[in-house]
Amino acid sequence: MTTAVEITPTTSALTFANRWDHFLARWAVNRMGHRVEPGLYSLGHPTPDSPVFVTANYTLSFDALRSALKGVDGYILALDTQGINVWCAAGKGTFGTDELVKRIEATRLGEVVNHRVVILPQLGAPGVAAHEVKKRAHFKVEYGPVRAEDLPEYLKTRTATPEMRRVRFTLKDRITLIPVELVAVLIPLLILIVIGSKGAIAALLAGTVLFPILLPWIPTHNFSTKGFILGGIVAIPFAIAAFLKSPESALWLRSAWALVYALLIPSITAYLTLNFTGSTTFTSRTGVKTEMFAYIPVMAWMFGAGLLLNIALIFVH
Amino acid sequence: MLNAYATNTLQYDPSLCIGCGVCADVCPHGTFEMQGRLAYLVNQQACMECGACQLNCPVNAIRVESGVGCAAAMIRASLRGQKEEACSCG
Repeated sequence: MTTAVEITPTTSALTFANRWDHFLARWAVNRMGHRVEPGLYSLGHPTPDSPVFVTANYTLSFDALRSALKGVDGYILALDTQGINVWCAAGKGTFGTDELVKRIEATRLGEVVNHRVVILPQLGAPGVAAHEVKKRAHFKVEYGPVRAEDLPEYLKTRTATPEMRRVRFTLKDRITLIPVELVAVLIPLLILIVIGSKGAIAALLAGTVLFPILLPWIPTHNFSTKGFILGGIVAIPFAIAAFLKSPESALWLRSAWALVYALLIPSITAYLTLNFTGSTTFTSRTGVKTEMFAYIPVMAWMFGAGLLLNIALIFVH
Repeated sequence: MLNAYATNTLQYDPSLCIGCGVCADVCPHGTFEMQGRLAYLVNQQACMECGACQLNCPVNAIRVESGVGCAAAMIRASLRGQKEEACSCG
């Protein structure tokens, strides 16, 4: 006699505690602590013929899946991705072939269901070789849509439309990222607020708040040049104000102060916008590498020159 | 103006294709498209080198140097003298 297979019941309803957890995750609070136990869960009243959905053990992933499956009876198999979302974990390989095969065996999924199909989120594919899973665990991997919200539609025909297969990066998606971007520069931001460096604060906010919003509308393909453009625009009022500040001073001195802003703000903003590549859904490693080699030296020279000029001007005064 | 994203490492050998269609299914940017029993590379420039197609192609018809397109990870790796950049957001 074997022991019963361990299946944890769950629901598609999100509680206030769930939403609070999501809020904290969006603000990067306890970044690695938003986890559910890896293993097998039941949703509604599944039978051995019910579908099996695979996800990561990150609360935002797990909750997106279960809340999209209102009224669906099925099983959820949560892989141990160490609290990382499906796509990032697939890139690292933790949402991967080995873990999926191991988890199918550990939960004895084959004894729970009659069929031999697991539905994976499409974005799990960079970590999972479907044909390998078939060979090793005897389960067929079916790649569902990119977004859990499309699952009810997908389940009607078990085929994804081209639209369901495309990853997007909507304004809403980009705005959602702003808190995490802000938290990443929190310490320098607080220091700048204490010293009262308005230009540098503007440069940081341009790179972390304005940029995610404006991304598709700023011309040029490269993130660095987009950052130079955005930072350049933000620098204009600061440069003008610096130029007009002491009309009695020599023209070269007033121009030099304006130049400090024109050099520092765009270089800081561009560095931040280049770093935003990792938050997007479409930049390639080759592309990011190419623009890093092309533009990081420019940023460094601009920043260094701006900083030296700034220090020199303080001495002149 | 230079477009750093104009080229990438994706390579596809259609002579090996068995028409399973998994590459078209897994690509989040519509890089591959099934036309009859053959996959076509229809939008090379859209490739973000995630590696899903290469990993899932059962006949190794696709080659791509996959990795994370993340400047922060690459800067961190070069500062630490590591060859391979690992994404470490989480």
